[in-house]
Amino acid sequence: MKLYCLSGHPTLPCNVLKFKSTTIMLDCGLDMTSTLNFLPLPLVQSPRLSNLPGWSLKDGNAFLDKTELIDLSTVDVILISNYHCMMALPYITEHTGFTGTVYATEPTVQIGRLLMEELVNFIERVPKAQSASLWKNKDIQRLLPSPLKDAVEVSTWRRCYTMQEVNSALSKIQLVGYSQKIELFGAVQVTPLSSGYALGSSNWIIQSHYEKVSYVSGSSLLTTHPQPMDQASLKNSDVLVLTGLTQIPTANPDGMVGEFCSNLALTVRNGGNVLVPCYPSGVIYDLLECLYQYIDSAGLSNIPFYFISPVANSSLEFSQIFAEWLCHNKQTKVYLPEPPFPHAELIQTNKLRHYPSIHGDFSNDFRQPCVVFTGHPSLRFGDVVHFMELWGKSSLNTVIFTEPDFSYLEALAPYQPLAMKCIYCPIDTRLNFIQVSKLLKEVQPLHVVCPEQYTQPPPAQSHRMDLMIDCQPPAMSYRRAEVLALPFKRLFEKIEIMPELADSLVPMEIKPGISLATVSAVLHTKDNKHVLQPPPRPAPPTSGKKRKRASEDIPDCKVLKPLLSGSIPVEQFVQTLEKHGFSDVKVEDTAKGHIVLLQEAETLIQIEEDSTHIICDNDEMLRVRLRDLVLKFLQKF
Amino acid sequence: MQGTAKALPGAAHGPKVRARRESGLSIPTLWVTAAWRPRKERGSQPGTPGSEGGSGALSGKSFNSSRKGVPGGTGLGSRTQGGWGPGPGRVLLQVQAPGRGRGPRAGPAWEPGLRPLHPPALGSHARPLGYAQAPPRQIRLRSVPPPPARVYLPCRRRRSRRCWTRRPAPSHRPAARDWLSAVQSEGPERGRAFPAGAPEAGAPGCACAVRAAGLVPAELRSWAVVGQAWSVGSGSAAATGWGAACRMPEIRVTPLGAGQDVGRSCILVSIGGKNVMLDCGMHMGFNDDRRFPDFSYITRNGRLTDFLDCVIISHFHLDHCGALPYFSEMVGYDGPIYMTHPTQAICPILLEDYRKIAVDKKGEANFFTSQMIKDCMKKVVAVHLHQTVQVDDELEIKAYYAGHVLGAAMFQIKVGSESVVYTGDYNMTPDRHLGAAWIDKCRPNLLITESTYATTIRDSKRCRERDFLKKVHETVERGGKVLIPVFALGRAQELCILLETFWERVNLKAPIYFSTGLTEKANHYYKLFITWTNQKIRKTFVQRNMFEFKHIKAFDRAFADNPGPMVVFATPGMLHAGQSLQIFRKWAGNEKNMVIMPGYCVQGTVGHKILSGQRKLEMEGRQVLEVKMQVEYMSFSAHADAKGIMQLVGQAEPESVLLVHGEAKKMEFLKQKIEQEFRVNCYMPANGETVTLPTSPSIPVGISLGLLKREMAQGLLPSAKKPRLLHGTLIMKDSSFQLVSSEQALKELGLAEHQLRFTCRVHLHDSRKEQETAARVYSHLKSVLKDHCVQHLPDGSVTVESILIQAAAHSEDPGTKVLLVSWTYQDEELGSYLTSLLKKGLPQAPS
Repeated sequence: MKLYCLSGHPTLPCNVLKFKSTTIMLDCGLDMTSTLNFLPLPLVQSPRLSNLPGWSLKDGNAFLDKTELIDLSTVDVILISNYHCMMALPYITEHTGFTGTVYATEPTVQIGRLLMEELVNFIERVPKAQSASLWKNKDIQRLLPSPLKDAVEVSTWRRCYTMQEVNSALSKIQLVGYSQKIELFGAVQVTPLSSGYALGSSNWIIQSHYEKVSYVSGSSLLTTHPQPMDQASLKNSDVLVLTGLTQIPTANPDGMVGEFCSNLALTVRNGGNVLVPCYPSGVIYDLLECLYQYIDSAGLSNIPFYFISPVANSSLEFSQIFAEWLCHNKQTKVYLPEPPFPHAELIQTNKLRHYPSIHGDFSNDFRQPCVVFTGHPSLRFGDVVHFMELWGKSSLNTVIFTEPDFSYLEALAPYQPLAMKCIYCPIDTRLNFIQVSKLLKEVQPLHVVCPEQYTQPPPAQSHRMDLMIDCQPPAMSYRRAEVLALPFKRLFEKIEIMPELADSLVPMEIKPGISLATVSAVLHTKDNKHVLQPPPRPAPPTSGKKRKRASEDIPDCKVLKPLLSGSIPVEQFVQTLEKHGFSDVKVEDTAKGHIVLLQEAETLIQIEEDSTHIICDNDEMLRVRLRDLVLKFLQKF
Repeated sequence: MQGTAKALPGAAHGPKVRARRESGLSIPTLWVTAAWRPRKERGSQPGTPGSEGGSGALSGKSFNSSRKGVPGGTGLGSRTQGGWGPGPGRVLLQVQAPGRGRGPRAGPAWEPGLRPLHPPALGSHARPLGYAQAPPRQIRLRSVPPPPARVYLPCRRRRSRRCWTRRPAPSHRPAARDWLSAVQSEGPERGRAFPAGAPEAGAPGCACAVRAAGLVPAELRSWAVVGQAWSVGSGSAAATGWGAACRMPEIRVTPLGAGQDVGRSCILVSIGGKNVMLDCGMHMGFNDDRRFPDFSYITRNGRLTDFLDCVIISHFHLDHCGALPYFSEMVGYDGPIYMTHPTQAICPILLEDYRKIAVDKKGEANFFTSQMIKDCMKKVVAVHLHQTVQVDDELEIKAYYAGHVLGAAMFQIKVGSESVVYTGDYNMTPDRHLGAAWIDKCRPNLLITESTYATTIRDSKRCRERDFLKKVHETVERGGKVLIPVFALGRAQELCILLETFWERVNLKAPIYFSTGLTEKANHYYKLFITWTNQKIRKTFVQRNMFEFKHIKAFDRAFADNPGPMVVFATPGMLHAGQSLQIFRKWAGNEKNMVIMPGYCVQGTVGHKILSGQRKLEMEGRQVLEVKMQVEYMSFSAHADAKGIMQLVGQAEPESVLLVHGEAKKMEFLKQKIEQEFRVNCYMPANGETVTLPTSPSIPVGISLGLLKREMAQGLLPSAKKPRLLHGTLIMKDSSFQLVSSEQALKELGLAEHQLRFTCRVHLHDSRKEQETAARVYSHLKSVLKDHCVQHLPDGSVTVESILIQAAAHSEDPGTKVLLVSWTYQDEELGSYLTSLLKKGLPQAPS
């Protein structure tokens, strides 16, 4: 039972669990923070950007955080917990010899596809003439300007995948539903549970009949649009792997949403534009819902909202059809039937408009002041680059960062100097440390395993001792490229006894409440399932010359004699002997026990506390009689 | 009838005889199945042998008392008062009207002339006892369930599947015995008499305790442990009382509706001590009491909640969910009701629609109200596809896609290792808007499948569609009107998609209408639950939602009189009421017009009448309607045809099959086909008949990994010729079962091993020295025992495996040597063989 940790990013985990001869990869997040080392990919050629000193124009690379800790072709299954944690999937399924299955819920797959599509589209629509890769060589890297020089594991940075690779990777996914029990090779059962963080996001339970590992990744106890988190099923875990906690433990999502709305209203009222760099799915649904309630009271009903993404339409449409994965309120709406999200109404009333890109229809409809939702939140590629260039110079405008994945200061760096206002209100609904300790108290796992970042306060706030996991026994921590032996030993395995065999068992009570039965059976093992079947009937005993052959032919199949236990009370034993016709019984005491003498039969029985020795002439009849008498006093096992 | 009746002499006889056959021992009354004990008795503590025997005897008596109720034992009886209440010995006789009945209802309901004295109230608990005064009627012998005071046979005799319903009962046997009493005496006991973990009742060691008390012959006792193990193993402490220990695993199925019939689907399943009701439908063909299943079958004076663990609704068609508010609110059921999300969304709308027609149009009183529908829906728990829902610790259900209508599902019901799959209605071929049903190879003990099209093998869908379009086109071309009666959800959407694309392609101008009300709403449901439709629609829905129709407009009542051609989809689908019937009456007189029935019509409906060729219909108020319009039938019903049913049976690989939701004659044909092709038993109980399937679930125990690995290390595949035996000790402690090696068992119990050793003296005539004798013995044994490890040790002794042989000089006779052969009890076989071998003497030494 080992855990291989392949990612150093606590919210974009990638762990491999080896459990009962299965190799299970838990999530494969793509750490894209390394894109911040690169220059933005402008949609419109910008001389300013390409002439910036200190930044190398190495565009079009996406980056994967992987090590050679484990041979990825041996991975049997990949369990995906939410759509953010599957972005590296094509890298794993396509170029490593991976032949297993990927399990994910339907919304995860659909929205994950949208995210990947968007990423590929952003990168591919600005093709570049040449791509450099030699710089990744260590010797050359040393000579590069500072951010690149200091970057670690540059060799693991990869080019972005293509749509073809995405499709091929997604075709390996098998859809699952919450609480569905999936058997892996008959050895392990995995079950996704609602985690409450995003549409279709799940925690996983990996269990055998006697062991249970819970994998909690990106969960939320807040009431947003997805189905609430299923905590009850996490109980009685031997090990709970805890990843994907909030990245901004100090910020309260509710407060941030309020701040977001008021800043937005303020800017728009002053005639400025608002830019919201965001992913095409997730928090944007909640933001739109808040705005839906807010715009009338704030007098924003005339302000157009633009949602620009190659997958904007799909994202908005898809959000409406996953009724079963939504919170109860939204489900009831569907039953009416009404669309679960109010953005349907925003679109109908033309307040919200969506476009695949800034080209085409958008340029005709574009009206200022306005609010634009667009990607990518790293500000390195996507339509957001254009808006940064367009609006950056005016102090009327505001950019509001809501996604917590990237440091907004670093994201803004290449656009400096910047006149526009920058508001940072990250909305991260994942568990914070208070919620974690509440959760752990309720779920009570035997052991907690988490990334090392969670076992100490964040470096920026080293005095905040409350910003770390506090549990008993202390959580085991892992760091990137570490192998962790999980602390439990398997003792038992499930086996089934056929009714026919069970029928033949005769239990006897040894102590009050404890009974025993000896079992001799044939073990059949198929697909990791063990079954005990009744032993085959012994061949009919053949007499005479063949007797030896018969008995020698099947010695293995004979009913093995059980072990004996107990002790023989001498007096009763002698009485029994006399009852059975042994008249001349003499008993001698020895140091350890007694010797019973049957003079006529020239037989000697040594009886001690835990052994009996019958010494007699070669008289089988006599021996068997004596044996049976002795056995009467003993218990068989 | 109150249990005071004396036992008839022959009553206890039956079981005894059977027991003797099995064991050769007389059988204590204890062996009477617990399920037959009246509730009160079962509540008593099972600890003392006396009480056990007593209750068993009582149950025998209580049964016997029921025999007294059968006048003359000639198979005539009357439905008695009371029912199987808490008092000992209250027995309910189930009485059937002569001939093939449609349900478990008492006879009068079926014969207009023989109504009970008081009209039965809707709530069954309030049902007057008027039945008792009804004249005695023939008891249906065919439905004889297991003989009451049944003795459980040891498992090995019970392997063959038997259907009690098919067994001709001896005429003297009291026939009426139903699900009810068994359920009643078993149902509430689960929760009440034996609370989980209660030491006195749930003590898993009780079987052993009884054994220790020496009450039961050991040989027969073993299965009691099996039964216990089985119930414990399947995860519950609640069922580990004596009832569980004595319960023989079996699955009982009783259709209350849809048994050899279409409509009013309602099937009771009892599995692993859990009672599940599958569907709760109404019958389209009736307007009286018979339209709902007779829930008094389950209990007459208790709350249904006590007798049912859950209710499962397969899809939203009214013949599968129409009785739900009546059942839950008027009869009274508060337990969980499971259905899929789309079913949960659509079901209340159809129920409300149904209620409106019944109350507002027909003016029925005492019907369920809107509020009742709402309250009923509050008890619903929605399930995802493939989600394993844990109803309680033991009972789990899982939904599979059925493809019949939006949200239709098949359900797997599982307790421990026993399982039943109920298909509901399903469709094995994807159509224009839904996918095909699918199930994995789950190998249930029983597959309960619908069999609407048991004998039909439909031609390809494409042909049917072409025919349909051709007929519609022709009629429209000659200026006729086309009426397509449909149910608002389901076929309607498929046909709309079909016509919409056709209209677009051929550029037709004739208007298509969809009767108002549900239309838009219905289409909206399809849009929101698009994940339940087929692959193609799901893939393209972002670009174009197939459920937004351009050519199809809402219908207004006035349009029916408009001149010129038109196509109208109108509800309901069987022409039994509502708008479709109204339009039909308007258009029926014109031979230019056409009505296309796209689905199955239940007997008694106008749809069924015109399809069976009737051209003169008697309408309300004695009017006679002459049908001149063309009547066409197109099988667009999304039911699996015979091929599809066989395909599903092949997919699921059940151990036996049970047919419901079909016509008896057709079922018979399919039954034969299934039995031939899959070599499994196939049943087709009528309403009220019980099918009992004994099961033999294996018992899950924990094996110590050490023991298992030791065994596995010896090789993976056991060869047929030399099967290897695993030896271990099963430790039963509280509710845990552990299989460990014998050594470990001793260690765990803190016991020391007692070694039993034998030493035999074998006299040999041999004048040579001891060493030489030993050497001769060695070479002799070496040559004889080729498969064994024979060693000659330096100290002069010889070992065969672990058996030690030493040669010694005889104290008196120098020409004789004494061989001391010593072995432990565990090597007895070999030891005794060696002594006999050596006794024969050694072969002459080669000189």
